[in-house]
Amino acid sequence: MYFDSFADFIAMGGHGLYVWLAYSIALAVVIFNVLTPILRKKQFMVEYQRRLKREQRLGEVNKAESPE
Amino acid sequence: MGKLLPWFAVVTVLLLTCGVIWGLAFAPEDYQQGNSFRIIYIHVPSAILAQSCYMLMAIAGAISLIWKMKVADMVAKSCAPIGASLAVLALATGAIWGKPTWGTWWVWDARLTSMLILLFLYIGVYTLHSAIENEITAGKAGAVLSLVGMVNIPIIKYSVEWWNTLHQGSTFTVTERPKMEPEMWIPLLIMVLGFYCFFSVVLMLRTRIEILQRERRSGWVRELVEAR
Amino acid sequence: MRTDDTLELSLSRVFWITLKRDLMLAYRRRNDLVSPLMFFLMVATLFPLGVSPDPQFLSQAAAGIVWVAALLATLLSMDSLFRSDYDDGSLEQMLLSPQPLALLVFAKICAHWMISGLPLTLMAPLLAVMLFLPEQGMSAMVISLLLGTPTLSLIGAIGAGLTVGLRKGGVLISLLVLPLYIPVLIFGTGTVQAASAGLPVGGYLAILGAILALGMVLAPVAVAASLRISVSD
Repeated sequence: MYFDSFADFIAMGGHGLYVWLAYSIALAVVIFNVLTPILRKKQFMVEYQRRLKREQRLGEVNKAESPE
Repeated sequence: MGKLLPWFAVVTVLLLTCGVIWGLAFAPEDYQQGNSFRIIYIHVPSAILAQSCYMLMAIAGAISLIWKMKVADMVAKSCAPIGASLAVLALATGAIWGKPTWGTWWVWDARLTSMLILLFLYIGVYTLHSAIENEITAGKAGAVLSLVGMVNIPIIKYSVEWWNTLHQGSTFTVTERPKMEPEMWIPLLIMVLGFYCFFSVVLMLRTRIEILQRERRSGWVRELVEAR
Repeated sequence: MRTDDTLELSLSRVFWITLKRDLMLAYRRRNDLVSPLMFFLMVATLFPLGVSPDPQFLSQAAAGIVWVAALLATLLSMDSLFRSDYDDGSLEQMLLSPQPLALLVFAKICAHWMISGLPLTLMAPLLAVMLFLPEQGMSAMVISLLLGTPTLSLIGAIGAGLTVGLRKGGVLISLLVLPLYIPVLIFGTGTVQAASAGLPVGGYLAILGAILALGMVLAPVAVAASLRISVSD
């Protein structure tokens, strides 16, 4: 371990703000890139299933109406 | 692709965690720049990836234009936002690194300016994709634009470097590579590899949802959703 | 008495409804909102590339560059103010409605400023840093833009109203409106340059505020008149 103590690690010899700022932005970018497609996929599934249910219901209504 | 994804994800997490911990905690500090030098472990990989991603986007676009492969089209479209975010990361970390090192948040040097122009190119492609409603036309237009951009990149790089030497007689550059001991550049290598894997994972994730959306009217998507 | 009360209430309700409608429509096309911001950034980048990245030069020119870029970005976004309403017929509906057209127009301009001028103002510090604007000028930069961009939207709306039916609206709006923008530009950059030199800015800000107030009162009327002319044929 290069640093003598955890406090030193955080302080980074005075450059702590910059280093941690840079690494947090990196983390944010990583999270953004991972979450965006996953959330989109979930939304897609939900909407698609809704559509399927709607079509099923319509199909049943039609079946109920047709034998006259 | 679904089977590769978990493996790539595991490798990504391993590489990135190892690289970050090594770079942050174990590598020695640079005798000139002190600890802010550690930002290199984010800045350099993101810059390399931002450029590679553009190449991939342009090549995928070319493949979809020439051989009319739909998958290539969707890969190209997925590349744009990822590459743009990486370019932003490279610029932001470059600026943050610059402040303690050179005293200002921003310097108009050749590398940073080229990265900024690359970001503009990405934004152009992404905006074009989202402006055109027809997905196929949007893909074709985006492919053409990214190819034009790819041809332009060497020209842009050359002209920006020429501009830079014209206006700055001095020899320093913000992103000069310090002489590094193995303890310093091995974590960098790990981070670069880790970023490449991260990029592959995210690209696969995005392309998957892109495929689902494009093919939403087809039978196999229906079966997939019904199976849940 | 009661009729007066309900008329009062309904005027402000009309304003809010129109404002909210425009904001919601804009939210649906979120991706389009980023374009003026990116244009802003790109235009500002052109100056160091085209002239000189020398910090001394840039810090003197920064105020003007940011203002010119904001002005051009606002001009670009003006065409969209009435375009989609014109295309789907809701503009004619607005013209026919019993509500005062100037009020509807004012609400639309407010919405437009909130999605274009305001983000520009918020992004301006980033550009100012890249262009080495002196620290003392930074807050003046933001305040001058905060006062100036609504005026730009208001004046630009006049141009948009005059050209809404035409196909080649874009460049034409610029030609009509740029001369009118010049006073705002002069006082806006004057504010920032004074602040950068450490001089008081109260006078400049007062003038900017006065121009804004004048614009808020007169421009919607002018826009309403132009719309009636443009749509009538």
